[in-house]
Amino acid sequence: MYVNGVTLKNRGIPDSHRLSVYESTGGYQALRKIFSEQVTPEQVIAEMKTSALRGRGGAGFPTGLKWSFMPKGVSGTKYLLCNADEGEPGTCKDRDIMRYEPHRLIEGMIIGAYAMGARAGYIFIRGEFIEPIRRVEAALEEAYAAGFLGERILGQDFSFDLYVYRGAGAYICGEETALMEALEGKKGQPRFKPPFPASYGLYGRPTTINNVETFASVPDIIVHGGQWFLELGKANNGGTKIFSVTGHVQRPGNYEVPMGTPFPELLEMAGGLRPGRSLKAVIPGGTSTAMLAGDTMMDCTMDYDSIAKAGSALGAGSVIVIDDSVCIVRVVERIARFYMHESCGQCTPCREGMGWLWRVMHRIENGQGRAQDIELLLNVGSRIEGRTICALADGGVAPVVSSIKLFREEYEHHIRHGQCLVGQRRAA
Amino acid sequence: MLSDQALAAIAAERRKYPADQARSALLAALRIAQEEHGWLPTELIEEVAQVLEIPSIQAFEVATFYTMYDLKPVGKHKLCVCGSVSCFLNGSDDILAHLQKRLGIGIGETTADGLFTLQEVECLGACKDAPVLHLGDQYLERLTPEGIDALIEQLRGGSSDVR
Ligand SMILES: Cc1cc2nc3c(=O)[nH]c(=O)nc-3n(C[C@H](O)[C@H](O)[C@H](O)COP(=O)(O)O)c2cc1C
Ligand code: SF4
Ligand code: FES
Repeated sequence: MYVNGVTLKNRGIPDSHRLSVYESTGGYQALRKIFSEQVTPEQVIAEMKTSALRGRGGAGFPTGLKWSFMPKGVSGTKYLLCNADEGEPGTCKDRDIMRYEPHRLIEGMIIGAYAMGARAGYIFIRGEFIEPIRRVEAALEEAYAAGFLGERILGQDFSFDLYVYRGAGAYICGEETALMEALEGKKGQPRFKPPFPASYGLYGRPTTINNVETFASVPDIIVHGGQWFLELGKANNGGTKIFSVTGHVQRPGNYEVPMGTPFPELLEMAGGLRPGRSLKAVIPGGTSTAMLAGDTMMDCTMDYDSIAKAGSALGAGSVIVIDDSVCIVRVVERIARFYMHESCGQCTPCREGMGWLWRVMHRIENGQGRAQDIELLLNVGSRIEGRTICALADGGVAPVVSSIKLFREEYEHHIRHGQCLVGQRRAA
Repeated sequence: MLSDQALAAIAAERRKYPADQARSALLAALRIAQEEHGWLPTELIEEVAQVLEIPSIQAFEVATFYTMYDLKPVGKHKLCVCGSVSCFLNGSDDILAHLQKRLGIGIGETTADGLFTLQEVECLGACKDAPVLHLGDQYLERLTPEGIDALIEQLRGGSSDVR
């Protein structure tokens, strides 16, 4: 199996964040190949389409297609942005790419800029990520010094400037248009779409934004070909993908495996469950994706299509494993708190609804649930979904509604008896 | 209130953006001001706005929107414990309870000696290393009550590199 072979290939090598190490392992060969073989921007985009790489930030949008949306022949600056705001509970992969492979991200962005004609770019890194910020900033300096960035890159008629932008604490800035607002020095509040960023993005200019892992996948696609990447995974789900396996496993971590890997194999890599425990539920793609029953998950493979068929989404590949030691009501109450805290407040259904969901979850968890509370949660949820500017609100509804479907008896027990059906009140 | 050094750092940030987009440097300028002063009093936010030549309301909007800006004084060491789900599943509530007992303060409070502020924050993006705490420019990972005791001792002893 092709494990840890693409975006985290060098993680185990000392000083893997340095340019010298990256170059000694084939780094910047993709960029050199583009120039020496005179690969055109159109050919780069065609290769990306062949690869079936889908955006790793959560939505899974085909990257080659997204790149083809950038208008050609417009005057003025086009921008390329990298989304490194990583903040959805369970998601912790971009941090490791930036810590261990910053040049792979930078090379991917340079290739993207070449393909789309972008003149400048920003890597938006969440403000708490000081170590990754320092690594990426140091890598940018090295790349400038080596002629991979700036005016006339490697002597070619192609220039691209790239900078780090530090966030200041707000999960919502991960939403792409909120990120652009933040970059403009405003509150990170998502914009209405359309217009889409390809026509009206940063400073109103044509803009493309991709996730860290998406860009870091690009160099190997150019070196080995889109077909090679596609065949690492499966049709429509090209390549390998990092899965951040967290929660109740013995070896939580980032595991980069081929798309289509059976979930039981991934669980095994992460050390399996703790002794004597059984698998209760899994949140397969970060807290914005629906919870699945443990048994359902054991029959899934790790790719967009399989997880969608099971009724959830692969999201950013953030696999949260929940065993039988903990009460689902308490877990979901904690998740609901996140969405209440992170709502940017501009849509009423989200601003009011996220707080409402949490308050009802909180009173159920604390033994003050009322008989009609389950229906109330479902009702509030159904009045939020699809009625907001961005997907944060739907993401906040998903864990509540999906967990009621799966574990209704735990909710009912809580409401009737004022306490948990399983586990202690405090999680182990 | 801003030193020449801070002003130079803000000027360097401005150069990352088109000349007519000074506002883009606002988040960085507020951070630089806070790093120098410890927190962001009203006058300092106004000064940042003046330096960037933008209306102060724009600076206040941003300073109140993002969680990393401190609008009141905080302790020398701000301990931000993640309480989101992956950390929760790995005992973050126990870590928080232990810290409250050790420091004798509640969440959101600062010790009388001004040394520690305790906060509970949402996901820090390091969930595989749960439970996690953010302190200054470091993350402390896979926390245990014993590790917390050692950390507090070290910080009280004046060391701040605690990795
Ligand atoms: C509330 C919210 C938060 C998001 N957070 C992130 C994030 O932290 N990182 C990320 O790459 N994408 C995030 N996204 C998805 C982005 O909006 C966008 O789809 C993505 O950056 C596109 O890159 P990709 O096509 O390479 O995945 C978020 C979306 C929403 C609605
Ligand atoms: S759905 Fe929520 S987070 Fe998204 S724009 Fe509306 S209020 Fe803001
Ligand atoms: S849940 Fe604590 S770091 Fe992500």
